[in-house]
Parts: sequence; structure tokens; C-alpha cells
Amino acid sequence: MKKEITFTLNNEEVIVEVDPKWTLIHLLREVLELTGTKEGCGVGECGACTVIVDGEAVNSCLYPVMEVEGKTVATIEGVALPDGTLHPIQQAFIENNGVQCGYCTSGMIMSAKALLDKKSDPTEDEIRTGISGNICRCTGYVQIVESIQLAAERMKK
Amino acid sequence: MKAYDYHKPHTVKEAIDIMGGLENAKYIAGGTDVMVLLRQGKINPANLVSLRNVAEISRIDTQNGIRIGAGVTHTQIANNEFIREHYSALADGAGVVGSKQIRNVATIGGNICNAAPSADTACPLLVLDAEAVIAGKSGERQVPVDDFIVGPSQVALEKGELVTGFVIPAFGDRTGSAYIKHARRLAMDLPILGIAVRATVKIGGAQAACRDAFKLTDVSDIVKRLEAEGLVLEDVRVAMSVVAPRPVRARKAEEAAKGKTISEKVLEELGEIAASESKPRDSFRGEAWYRRDMVKVLTKRALLKSIERMTGASSMVAPSRLW
Ligand SMILES: Cc1cc2nc3c(=O)[nH]c(=O)nc-3n(C[C@H](O)[C@H](O)[C@H](O)COP(=O)(O)OP(=O)(O)OC[C@H]3O[C@@H](n4cnc5c(N)ncnc54)[C@H](O)[C@@H]3O)c2cc1C
Ligand code: FES
Ligand code: FES
Repeated sequence: MKKEITFTLNNEEVIVEVDPKWTLIHLLREVLELTGTKEGCGVGECGACTVIVDGEAVNSCLYPVMEVEGKTVATIEGVALPDGTLHPIQQAFIENNGVQCGYCTSGMIMSAKALLDKKSDPTEDEIRTGISGNICRCTGYVQIVESIQLAAERMKK
Repeated sequence: MKAYDYHKPHTVKEAIDIMGGLENAKYIAGGTDVMVLLRQGKINPANLVSLRNVAEISRIDTQNGIRIGAGVTHTQIANNEFIREHYSALADGAGVVGSKQIRNVATIGGNICNAAPSADTACPLLVLDAEAVIAGKSGERQVPVDDFIVGPSQVALEKGELVTGFVIPAFGDRTGSAYIKHARRLAMDLPILGIAVRATVKIGGAQAACRDAFKLTDVSDIVKRLEAEGLVLEDVRVAMSVVAPRPVRARKAEEAAKGKTISEKVLEELGEIAASESKPRDSFRGEAWYRRDMVKVLTKRALLKSIERMTGASSMVAPSRLW
């Protein structure tokens, strides 16, 4: 019982047949083959699957695909410029060792982007709240927070 | 996961009509409880009826108190200036649910209808005398949240009914409220204990003097100053979560507080009475004796925090960090 939905994905209109029982992450990874978005727990606890829907960070593992109709979705694949130039957040994560194994990184960057898109000059507290739904088993978070601070500074210029 | 059909009504009436014509159907709002249960195979509905596109239940109206739509998200509540100022306990509760990503989609209606013993907006709604507005085939009815929550995962909804929102009365400017979630971590953790308090007070002396009391650094000095200013607890509400199968009010403590001038002794007593009304159990999050002891501590703190807010001494501060 497939249904057709239309939505905007990383600035492009997408028309796709979906099964109503899918979640957004299933559509992204298994159907559209955008595997940058990771699945960790599948139940909202880890944030590895974070994408931005209409400007808000959400867990794509809990997002019913039928609610994507008409929405604007941003995933890690659309964060760099089309010519491959990295986004300041990505650049800062690399320079500042915000990435170790990388499993949490796509989600972290999407949470950071949702925050910085709304607030260009967040406090450390706001940054920590912004990534409170993203678990990282490697870095201990300090480098991640610093990476986001560095990106915020550069983006202001 | 079994297949299900997904329905997207745009009005309450449409939602009720669709629900009425379906077998084995479930409402879904933010889906942060429903999707987890589905993925774990704990529920197997053939139909989901989404409330996400029903605009009329996604609004906040601030006439004669407040009416908060069931579809309003925790992020919207936590960021709402009017709620932060006048119904602080609710902003506290909504602000500590799960994580940013969860709060961006999870709704207050879903939190109450899911009826977990640990639901973070339940105690705030109880102390704010909130009523649930329920719509069904035969029209609308209103039920105090205290009667609406029946037990774990059990609420007073008839087949096909849905909650459209919550109404809360206006309290004057002598009222403050607070919710303290006592958990091991600041995010992504269910509470070991949750305590909400609302206090409506009468001040003998000047409000400014009470405000100044909170500049002191010793709790007993603060209480002595408030006592010296003749601060009377006119009407107090206390609600506790994770100490019973459902969030409950500490009615005996509320009754004992009525008309008392604040003092260390009165605060101790209120904590003792509230603790005696709690029936916590041992769990991996905390032992019963510990929970009961913390009821005493947090009742006192939440009461002081409510009074502090009433005096205008502090703007919204996450209480877990302040204390
Ligand atoms: C990782 C994670 C962390 C969490 N942390 C917390 C936490 O810290 N504190 C906390 O309290 N909760 C927490 N939760 C639970 C959940 O997020 C909340 O209970 C949330 O408020 C549920 O809202 P929802 O809109 O997502 O509900 P849904 O999942 O859509 O629905 C929940 C239930 O309510 C019913 N329902 C929803 N809306 C209505 C309505 N208007 N009328 C009638 N029935 C309705 C549904 O049928 C379902 O039974 C967490 C969940 C996850 C996945
Ligand atoms: S995979 Fe979605 S939160 Fe873990
Ligand atoms: S870098 Fe490995 S989980 Fe974060």
C-alpha cells in the first residue's frame, strides 16, 4: 500500500513512493541511499539520526515518513556547498578533533547547525543543551563544544 | 513491524470521525512514545491517526488564564515567555523532557495521555489546577488532570475521544511555581523523583524585602527573613512523581500549609508530611528510602523556589542547576 509524497530534501524537490510504516531514516538510508545519517539506537536515545526538518533538529528514527509531506528536510549530505567546500561547522570539527570514530558526527553537526542557524552567538550552556540529545562515546564532548564555538566565531565574520 | 495505515486529519472533528470508522487504531502526536512502542513491537495498531496537522489543537491562548493545545510541543512551552513567567513549573517540566530533538516534536498532550509515572509535565499541571479538555462524538467535556490520569498508561478517555488541550486558571501576582526533576543526568534521563509546588502567599511586609531575602546565601537565613516579613502560605499545592503508580498530589501537606506563616519548622513539617504521603518503590534509578528522603528535601526547595519567583528575585533558571 505505497503512497506518494513530495518534499524538499537538501534544496531539491523529491517525489517518492513510501510505505506508511516507514520512518524518515528508512527513507533516507535504505531508499534514497543517503547513508550519511546514522542509526544508533533506533528509539530516540542517541541522536545519531538527527536531521533538520523545517528548521528544527529531530530524530529521524522516530519521524513517521508520512509527516514529511510538504516539509523541508536537511541532512548531512546537504551541509557542504555543492562544489565540496565544507561548512564552517564541518571544518571546525576536523581542525579541533571534534571527530574520532565519526559515528555521532553527522548527528552532532546537524544539531549544531540547527542551533547556529537560530542563534549565531550561543553560550556554552546553550551549545550543551543544543547537543544534549546526541551521545558521543569517543570525544568526551569537550572538543565538540569547542568546535561549535570555533564555527560560531567564524560564521559571524 | 506490522504494516499500518496513516491518516492525517486537519480538524478535531475529522480526527474523531476517522477514528470512529476504524478498527484497531491509535492517535499519534509527536510519536516519541508511539513510535518507540511500535518499533519494540509492544503495540500493533492497524491504523495511526495523526494529530500533527490539526492546527486548532496546536495553539496557546492567553485569555482568562491560559489554554494550551494538546499538540503544543515541549519546546514551544519551554520557550513561551508568558508560561515561563506565570506558570513557571510547566516551563520547567517541558524544558527537561528528553532532549532538544525530543522536545521539538513531543507534545504535552502525548505526555499526559501516555501517563507514565515519570511524565515531566504531569506534576506541573497538577499543581496548576489544570483541566484536560476532551472532545468526542458527543461533544466536549472538561476533567481535572488529577482525575484524568488514572494509572500507568491509563487515562480517562472513552473510545475515540481525544484531548484538545489544557486550561489553567489565572493566579494573581502573589503566586509562584516550580518543578524540580531529580535525575542523575541533566538530559536524556527519567527522574528519580519529580516535585512540583505552587505557592500563593500573603506578605505582611514589603515584597521588596522578600526579594532581598533571596540575596542571602544560607537557606535558614532566607527563611528567617521571610518569616520576619510575615510571609503567609495562603494556598499551596504539592505534586510528586515516581513515588506512586501515577503522579500524585500531597493533599495532607497542602492542607497543613494553609494559613501558616513560613518558618523552618513549617517547611520541615511540610516535607515530612509529603514524604509520608509518598509510596516509592526500589528501582534501579533509586531506592525507596532515598526517594522518600528526597521528597522532604525537594518539597522545601521547590516551595522556596516558587516564593523566590513570586518575588521576582530570579528569572527562569533551570532549578536542577540552581540548587
Ligand atoms: C529518548 C526519549 C526520552 C524521553 N524522555 C522523557 C522525559 O525526560 N520525560 C518525559 O516525561 N517523557 C520522556 N519521554 C517520553 C515522551 O517523549 C513524552 O511522553 C512525550 O511528551 C510524548 O508526546 P508525543 O507527542 O510524542 O506523544 P505520542 O507518542 O504521539 O503519543 C503518546 C500517547 O498519547 C496518545 N495521544 C497523544 N496525543 C493525544 C491527544 N491529543 N488525545 C488523546 N491521546 C493522545 C497516543 O495515542 C499515545 O498513546 C522520552 C521519550 C524518548 C523516546
Ligand atoms: S538512532 Fe535515532 S536517536 Fe538513536
Ligand atoms: S566520535 Fe565516536 S561516537 Fe562521537
